[in-house]
Amino acid sequence: MGDIGSAFAEASRLIVSADRTLFGIVLLSLEVSLSAVAAATAIGLPLGAALAICRFPGRQVLLVALNALMGFPPVVVGLVVYLLLSRAGPLGELGLLFTPAAMVVAQAILVIPIIAGLSRQVLEDAWHEYEEQLRSLGATPTAAAATLLWDTRYSLVTVVLAGFGRAAAEVGAVMIVGGNIDGVTRVMTTAISLETSRGDLPLALGLGIVLITVVFVINAAAQVIKSAAVRRYG
Amino acid sequence: MLPLILEDVSFVAGGRAIIDRVSCEITPGPRTVILGPNGAGKSVLMRLCHGLLTPTSGRIVWRGSGHEGRPGAQAMVFQRPVMLRRSAIANVTYGLALAGVARAERERRAHEGLAAVGLTLVANRPARVLSGGEQQKLALARAWALSPEVLFLDEPTANLDPSATRELERIVDQIHASGTKIVMTTHNLGQARRLADEILFMSGGRLADHAPVDEFFAQPSTAEAAAFIKGELPWS
Repeated sequence: MGDIGSAFAEASRLIVSADRTLFGIVLLSLEVSLSAVAAATAIGLPLGAALAICRFPGRQVLLVALNALMGFPPVVVGLVVYLLLSRAGPLGELGLLFTPAAMVVAQAILVIPIIAGLSRQVLEDAWHEYEEQLRSLGATPTAAAATLLWDTRYSLVTVVLAGFGRAAAEVGAVMIVGGNIDGVTRVMTTAISLETSRGDLPLALGLGIVLITVVFVINAAAQVIKSAAVRRYG
Repeated sequence: MLPLILEDVSFVAGGRAIIDRVSCEITPGPRTVILGPNGAGKSVLMRLCHGLLTPTSGRIVWRGSGHEGRPGAQAMVFQRPVMLRRSAIANVTYGLALAGVARAERERRAHEGLAAVGLTLVANRPARVLSGGEQQKLALARAWALSPEVLFLDEPTANLDPSATRELERIVDQIHASGTKIVMTTHNLGQARRLADEILFMSGGRLADHAPVDEFFAQPSTAEAAAFIKGELPWS
């Protein structure tokens, strides 16, 4: 128990004193995960809207595949991206392996199915309510999709956050494609994993506390925004 | 674009004919009320006319439109108004934007529309927090602002209290007076008497009567219509 207690004390000291190693890692983590979520949102929301509105052969198969991908193991995504980006792979010439950019790509691939799948559900419910009215007003499918995305924006915040949670918490994909290189591709989750196995509990715990706090604060903020919006707009 | 001609129109869903070989002509001018009990096919008939549904067989032709397909100068108000999550006035400008009205003109026409239904004071309130009556009036304003040649109304007062119903009927009359053809469904005999110039009586998916309102109520041409007027429901 003494070890854990002193580890907590040391972790708190690292956080309070704004330790450079710790905050470098935190910043890189946020940079990677936020970029990945931004990219995944730009791709996932239109995809979700298209699946909500359009009816075409094979749609059911696509939905099943999308749902399966939502639970895809990060290490497998990491492996696939690794194979694509490795020197001998089809995208090897880009030289992205073991860079933050590769980590963004891997996390975006992990998050796209989550944002597309969850937003599809939200948007399809809204479409059931809006369809006749929008068609009566002569909305094209593109205009209808834009209207649905805008009208469900507060619910979609939650969807995007679920994606952020997945990106920020995963370790397998960034470990494989980033390589956990100190000062270059080391993020919170890979650092926690490494420091724990090395026995440096204070740094691991400090990062763990920051990680949980970040996720908690962002979710709380989103909740506040959403309930305020619901009160205001009904 | 009127008259609207229905030629042997049927709509089959799940093996059941919801609309069964309906033929009629909807002409410009009189307020047409599609009357009938629940489940008679009134709403489906209206959706077929408005182009939200496609007939399984038969033809729907806008003879005066000069071209094939669904003319744009029509609007519909639904039983449950669909309010977008934005202000009341933005709900009206939204429809105008889809209709291709220039940005500068949208605002002006939206204000006119809101004023016509008495919603000027709540123009900037979020549409979804308005009362049921106000929402339905806003739906009317949204449709009216489009200056449609034909306005379809699907049981627009079914969820409203009597005073809101009266007010809505007054607005419908105003819209008619402004030169818009009114086609409305109802199962309410009183409303049909108050608003209709002619009655299309639906029963079991068939058009059972088509007559001027006075004639329909004085001398219904079918037993179903006569029973409906007397308040008997032989089909239940």
